[in-house]
Amino acid sequence: MGGFEAGPVNQNEKDTAYWEWQIDAMIRLALDKGLITDFAELRDGIEQLEPQDYERFTYFERWAKSLAYCLLSKGIVTQALLDAKISEIRERQARDGLR
Amino acid sequence: MSQPRFATGQRVRIADRTPPIHHRVPAYAKGHIGTIERICGIHGQPEKFIRGDGVPRERLYRVSISQTDLWPAYRGTNIDRLDIEIFEHWLEPAE
Amino acid sequence: MSDHHEHDHARTFQPDHPEPTSDAALVGVALRELLMEGGHYTVEEEQAMIARMQGASPENGATLVVRAWTDVDFKERLLANGAETIKEMGFDLLPTEFTVLENTQTIHNVIVCTLCSCYPRALLGMSPAWYKSKNYRSRVVREPRAVLEEFGVDLSDDVEVRVHDSTAELRYMVLPQRPSGSDGWSDEKLMAIVTRNSLIGTQRDLNV
Repeated sequence: MGGFEAGPVNQNEKDTAYWEWQIDAMIRLALDKGLITDFAELRDGIEQLEPQDYERFTYFERWAKSLAYCLLSKGIVTQALLDAKISEIRERQARDGLR
Repeated sequence: MSQPRFATGQRVRIADRTPPIHHRVPAYAKGHIGTIERICGIHGQPEKFIRGDGVPRERLYRVSISQTDLWPAYRGTNIDRLDIEIFEHWLEPAE
Repeated sequence: MSDHHEHDHARTFQPDHPEPTSDAALVGVALRELLMEGGHYTVEEEQAMIARMQGASPENGATLVVRAWTDVDFKERLLANGAETIKEMGFDLLPTEFTVLENTQTIHNVIVCTLCSCYPRALLGMSPAWYKSKNYRSRVVREPRAVLEEFGVDLSDDVEVRVHDSTAELRYMVLPQRPSGSDGWSDEKLMAIVTRNSLIGTQRDLNV
């Protein structure tokens, strides 16, 4: 995106939510534990995002999707397990009144 | 590891190509000529890495490009510059 | 060129997504739970990692700046070999490659990562939202003077602007100029005037 036309820079500060720190820690632990071997893998994962998703996602959403892509392609997690876990979390959040 | 192919101060051209995998050369710099600002040592080279060739290591350079060369309508002075890190296989002698 | 109009940088502070509810965020939450259930890492390891990452802040960078201002030998070593030189400082996290860029009367440095959002986390902590924004990353390479002006940096034509795009392995920090009027100040007092933005290059003059 370097050199593209864009508007003024929004300088508002944003707090980092705890779940975002958790994603951050997950990325670093995945590297430490050898689930991914190099940061280049994650950057490659980011580039697998559709351009509209790249724009739409927040910073830590992108890393989450990228790590999912890496771990799915390596077979460390499966799509079925991931989908089941997402449904489980949705139900949990619905019970807690989050959605 | 072999000797650096380029020396500090040498004029180099950044290759204008787009491999279909992750690479660390932004589109805006491709095809432009700059000067080797410093030699940055040997580092893991992501393109080969992602192809599954392990982590081949390659020499990295910092290339300094004049802003007025990069952007035809640059609003600034001709002393302004942009420095960017480029792996050796993306560089070729410019003269 | 040098109208010193006052820029009020008191910014609104947006709490952003206190709970993860978007589809993409849920992928992250689900992945985390799967990895923990699979025994890849524990809650204790996660908490320790978060504490380490939260422990890095622009104060680390400011410590380097103040030492460079007050110790010429250290400054020379820092500029020549950043990563090696900061090992002695006792920071918990260290970047593998680290380059310090010195601002002078005639040079102003500013940092960006156009490809992702590389940032010297170990020395500056979590990057600000604007650093990761599309607008900053798109524009600062092409029109750095206009972007710097938005941040309140007024540059005359005889100051050379150097934009540093962290495209590969190097991590950068700007060494701002020590302001006049700060002679004889204690390290503590000097530390307090070094801002995060001055270490990225979106602030030039430090307020004495």
